[in-house]
Amino acid sequence: MIDQLNLTMVNWARAQFAMTAMYHWLFVPLTLGLSFLLAFFETLYVKTGKEEWKRITKFWMLLFAINFAIGVATGIILEFEFGTNWSNYSWMVGDIFGAPLAAEGIFAFFLEASFFAVMFFGWERVSKKTHLFSTWMVAIGTNLSALWILVANGWMQYPVGMNFNPDKARFEMVNFWEVLFSPVAISKFTHATSSSFQLASLFVIGVSAWFLLKKRHRDMAKKSIIVASVFGLLSSAFVIFTGDEAAYTNARVQPMKLAAFEGLYDGETNAGLVAAGIVNPQKKPGDDQAPFLFEVKVPGLLSLLANREPGSFVPGINDLVYGNREHNIMGVAEKIEKGKIAIELLRQYKDAKKENDMERADSALANFNKYKDYMGFGYLNSPEEAAPPVGLTFYSFHIMVILGTLFPLLFLLFLLFASKDTISGKTWLLRLGILGVPLAYIASQAGWIVAEVGRQPWTIQNLLPVSVARSNLTAGTVQTTFFLFLALFTILLIAEIRIMLKQIQIGPDFSGMPDNEI
Amino acid sequence: MFGKLDLMQLQQLWWIIVSIVGSLFLFLTFVQGGQTLLSSAARTDLEKSMIINSIGRKWELTFTTLVLFGGALFAAFPLFYATSFGGAYWVWIAILFTFVVQAVSFEYRKKPNNLLGPRTYEIFLFLNGSVGILLIGAAVGTFFTGSSFQLDDYNLVMWQHPLRGLEAAFNLFNVALGLFLVFLARSLGAMYLINNIDFRLDLMRNLEKRLRRAAFNNLIAGLPFLLFVLFKLVTMEGFTIDPDTGGVIMEAGKYLHNLLAMPLALGLLLIGLVLVVLGVLSCRYSRTNRSIWFGGLGTVLVGLAIFFTAGFNNTPFYPSSFDLNSSLSIYNASSSRYTLTAMSYIALAVPFVLAYIAYFWHLMDREKLSTGEVSDFTSKEIY
Repeated sequence: MIDQLNLTMVNWARAQFAMTAMYHWLFVPLTLGLSFLLAFFETLYVKTGKEEWKRITKFWMLLFAINFAIGVATGIILEFEFGTNWSNYSWMVGDIFGAPLAAEGIFAFFLEASFFAVMFFGWERVSKKTHLFSTWMVAIGTNLSALWILVANGWMQYPVGMNFNPDKARFEMVNFWEVLFSPVAISKFTHATSSSFQLASLFVIGVSAWFLLKKRHRDMAKKSIIVASVFGLLSSAFVIFTGDEAAYTNARVQPMKLAAFEGLYDGETNAGLVAAGIVNPQKKPGDDQAPFLFEVKVPGLLSLLANREPGSFVPGINDLVYGNREHNIMGVAEKIEKGKIAIELLRQYKDAKKENDMERADSALANFNKYKDYMGFGYLNSPEEAAPPVGLTFYSFHIMVILGTLFPLLFLLFLLFASKDTISGKTWLLRLGILGVPLAYIASQAGWIVAEVGRQPWTIQNLLPVSVARSNLTAGTVQTTFFLFLALFTILLIAEIRIMLKQIQIGPDFSGMPDNEI
Repeated sequence: MFGKLDLMQLQQLWWIIVSIVGSLFLFLTFVQGGQTLLSSAARTDLEKSMIINSIGRKWELTFTTLVLFGGALFAAFPLFYATSFGGAYWVWIAILFTFVVQAVSFEYRKKPNNLLGPRTYEIFLFLNGSVGILLIGAAVGTFFTGSSFQLDDYNLVMWQHPLRGLEAAFNLFNVALGLFLVFLARSLGAMYLINNIDFRLDLMRNLEKRLRRAAFNNLIAGLPFLLFVLFKLVTMEGFTIDPDTGGVIMEAGKYLHNLLAMPLALGLLLIGLVLVVLGVLSCRYSRTNRSIWFGGLGTVLVGLAIFFTAGFNNTPFYPSSFDLNSSLSIYNASSSRYTLTAMSYIALAVPFVLAYIAYFWHLMDREKLSTGEVSDFTSKEIY
């Protein structure tokens, strides 16, 4: 489709998407999780009628608003970046993403936008119950927004419910429910939201821990910690469950991604799980080098997690790239060959139609349909290109899993000591709580790196490589906007962090309340 | 229910929906108009705060409507989305830039330790209200004046102008439309503020006078541009789909023909303009604070007329002057029948969404924004 692949442009466009998406994702998880925490705090206020819960709610709400504004600012770029840098992709998937995006706009965005104003400015303007309702609507709205965009992302990992239309050269939706309830979409949504709840809980705990260390607002800090650690603990159960589900689904629909984040080159029956390791940076698919410089392996566990069947076979990168007859895996070389045939047949079909030669068109189309599943592979230059970068995927995955497993322990300790009211003395734990905040962000970002880098070289798994998804732009153009957005977002991020830290330092407003409640 | 509609009916239905969203956005640009009034209508810090807190409670609605407008175009007419965003690159990037900086400015302007200082955030708001709206107007102008692009067999866009979209801002018609929208937004902004702010205190009286004058003066300032746009619109050569061949050809007086062929569009345009003028006059010469509803409704009707003229009656709404047959119409740029049908069911929720927005708007604005609320230094929520 594109004769001259401009790889420099593609790489800048990828860099730009990665950069803008990572910036956006600095703010989204806190919005997703904190919105529910606000709803919990305010529900406690309405239930107990105690003024202090209202003040607590208002304090966290202010931090929420500071974070929300920059989340909105960084989000609009992403919506339009699909069009600006990846216009071929937008055309090819427009028919699939149409319905989820329409739903997102209509159901979710307006809930957020309308009720945010009520929640923030409506304390004196609407009744207590209407206000509480609005706060819940904000929480539901923000999380619904995440649903639809993750459905779209899920489809890119596992394209279902569609057909390729050769006349229009695009994918068309044939089953909305299959797109919506795709197993990947579900595990994406549940995993991304529950891990965001973890992040928001860690944020609330971290800020509260700072107050306790400073011996300020101790009552508020303890109450916030209890609510946040319960929420964090419950979310953690979901994170682990949905993470396991995601790995199982990966093994079914994106085995290459699974092999990459495990650094598994040669497939094994009874495959072991690498608990920790250092990837050999020289290792390439097909060579004789050891994949790891150092590794700690738990025998048999990967087979169990990937297939839920001990002793089962888990294909490695080499099996997937070069094929494995024993396990009935077709190599990429063969797929590339079929893909090139598909591209050629599509061209013949188009030409025949132009010349109004219907007979030739029909036969080309019939042949094309036999090969069309491999069309995406026709744009790859070598079988090895089908493997994603192993190092980045491997480390991101392991950082995410290790941190994600430690967070519940942290929640447990905070809940334990806060409910026994001995938390103020546990300086080590409080410090750990503050450290938890940056760690939560690292884990959250790492998760997206696994999902997106692990899908390379594909924009849509097995169908559309990044090199074909792009717009017709020069590398210089995309480079320019890359640095423009980098500069702008960095300045805004610094402003946001400074404002946020200042507001935390100023602390909640308990003026006019009896001393013992502060 | 939508399953019975054929593809063409669905394409028309979705052009109507897109037009409604786009027109509502034009009404909601009273926020942007208010942003540009900050520097001209407000003389004191208190007045500035009143303006910014008043429109600050609505900016997200405008922003979200713009996002939905983009989303609906992506969903219903993906080829337009891919062609225009991937092609007219710089004009969209410039527009987006002004909206990115807007999104943080309300919240961060007055917050201590905000790195850039309040003045910078006010400049951001001004840029969004002026350059942002001007460029959106210029981009809408290309619906009539055309752009330079070509699509290949696989519907990939090749833009043919080195400025990649910014060239739209060098066409008189487009610029005039953009400038009219900027002044219209300012006029709407003034009318909205008149409606939303409590002017009963003496120290607010001057602001009220200035705003009422601003509503009027900005319409007057925009009038030459409006007249130019209308004159050009009915006299210019336009793009039309030849019903016999399906190809696109030029037709003298095309958009006049469209208006005459669609009395509804003509009626909407005339009634809309009358309503806007009535709204502005009532704001200037009476004590009413309801002018915004006339001005707003009028703006929506004018918007609908513009979009209908651009997209219906065999008219390609995103024409290419470089290669006529690459022009995009609602018929060749749309999603499939299945997707449009699915989206139509989802769009059934729109009236419900509009209803709750209107209800909560009413709940929140029953009491006008008072000086007390804005100057309450213990309240950290104020902008």
